[in-house]
Amino acid sequence: MPAHAFFFYIFSLIAIVSAIMVTTSKNTVHSVFFLILDFISISCLFILIGAEFLGMIMLIVYVGAVAVLFLFVVMMLNVAQQKNQWFGAATGSKHIPVGMIVSLIIFFELLIVIGGWKLKPDLSNDFINLSTTNITNTHSIGNVLYTDYIHLFQLSGMILLVAMIGAIVLTFRQRSGLKRQSYIRQISREKNDGVELVDVKNKEGVKIDV
Amino acid sequence: MEYLNILLSETYKILFLLLPVLVSVAMIVWLDRRIWAFVQKRKGPNVVGPFGLLQSLADALKYIFKEIIIPASSNKIIFILAPIVTMTLALVAWAVIPFSEDFVLADINVGILYIFAISSLGVYGIIMGGWASNSKYPFLGSIRSAAQMVSYEVSIGVIIINVLLCVGSLKLSDIVLAQENIWFVVPLFPMFVIFFISALAETNRPPFDLPEAEAELVSGYQTEYSGMMYAMFWLGEYANILLMCALGSILFLGGWLSPLDIFPFTMVPDPLWLVIKILFLFILFALVKAIVPRYRYDQLMRLGWKVFLPISLIWVVLTSGYLLYFDLLPKS
Repeated sequence: MPAHAFFFYIFSLIAIVSAIMVTTSKNTVHSVFFLILDFISISCLFILIGAEFLGMIMLIVYVGAVAVLFLFVVMMLNVAQQKNQWFGAATGSKHIPVGMIVSLIIFFELLIVIGGWKLKPDLSNDFINLSTTNITNTHSIGNVLYTDYIHLFQLSGMILLVAMIGAIVLTFRQRSGLKRQSYIRQISREKNDGVELVDVKNKEGVKIDV
Repeated sequence: MEYLNILLSETYKILFLLLPVLVSVAMIVWLDRRIWAFVQKRKGPNVVGPFGLLQSLADALKYIFKEIIIPASSNKIIFILAPIVTMTLALVAWAVIPFSEDFVLADINVGILYIFAISSLGVYGIIMGGWASNSKYPFLGSIRSAAQMVSYEVSIGVIIINVLLCVGSLKLSDIVLAQENIWFVVPLFPMFVIFFISALAETNRPPFDLPEAEAELVSGYQTEYSGMMYAMFWLGEYANILLMCALGSILFLGGWLSPLDIFPFTMVPDPLWLVIKILFLFILFALVKAIVPRYRYDQLMRLGWKVFLPISLIWVVLTSGYLLYFDLLPKS
């Protein structure tokens, strides 16, 4: 299918170029926008191979929620004008070795994944069989996720919950002496509680409780 | 040659869908202003054309001939991209809306997820516009709106799960066909109410129009925009509102199905039913705009996270429990 290949090359080109731009662009906010473009083209690639459920979830979760928070943080921290020294600094950048180690690990992981496919060719056959049957891939994912892998699924949910609670606990600070706006108190305020008529005696004034 | 034919026929179909949508967006702006005026005992736009129907056209012409001003300290590329993103995303989502059983551009398997994804992308138009303007008010407005849209998306997602539990498919036409016996607005009425209010918040409509609260933020993320770019934001916003009305009528009001399967109702063609339902929901939107005062920001957040999210989550449990107990779960 030449049209299929054409779209594949377009989307993968956009994905690669924007991935490079994420690391090289000078403005941090631009980097995040390129990251979003990268996510979108990756989800287009997912849809091209017939994994439409994964593609849409990728859009909803990563682009719709995670990247928005990224943008939030980058905009709020005001690091937009920071000078990017990844490639500019000739000497003594401490980030390069760390980045090299991480990318080496990812590279080897990819090798292992591809090696798995080479060692066990039935795996790719299964995949092809799955895509030719009449079941939509939403159904097939649901069928394995909630039966064979239910424990792993629930475990990952628990991990996410713990992480969320941890983040809240770390940032939560109970401050005393704050005036809070209580919804119910505001609504249930009546004329009698709000306004009071006081006879002020001359030269004595009036004491007001706040 | 074969590809060219496919390309031409698809382009024709897309135009056939897009032009009515754009025209109806213009009409809906007029309708909105008219309803707003009638509630307040004013007349509203009534000069241009019969009943003022061509007012939106006149406004559009005015916007086209106005000068586009790009602030000197703005980030020009993103500043120009923002209204384009808003408008494109608002129009792209119409591809999967089924107007009848076979009158649909692309009835994909994950139609509802597609619409959800596109509407969650809609926040980028606003963030980009607010950030690129490089000015305080637009930035505050866009930050507010991003938080608001992300919060209300959560409850809309959970409400959609409620409907999907009863349907057993993510395809929009399946969702409509599952309502042949009874529209989901009857068994899931509380969800319909919450969906309606969340849709108001998701599209930044009053009483949740905090992103552009003119009293405190001038006009929010649109402050620095002028001419055609402002009009594009505006068109995208109203196209989004129409889309939310369409989604509401597909999820809860039975899409293109007629309310009763007897003589006078069966005469009306299917797409017209969907249009009538969209109009009904839109009139509700417009009435709410005219009647309810604007929420305060903390009230908005409280409503989203502390009221709507728990209620819709509990309703998911109730629905699935009911379906499981009476063995009504849809078989795949």
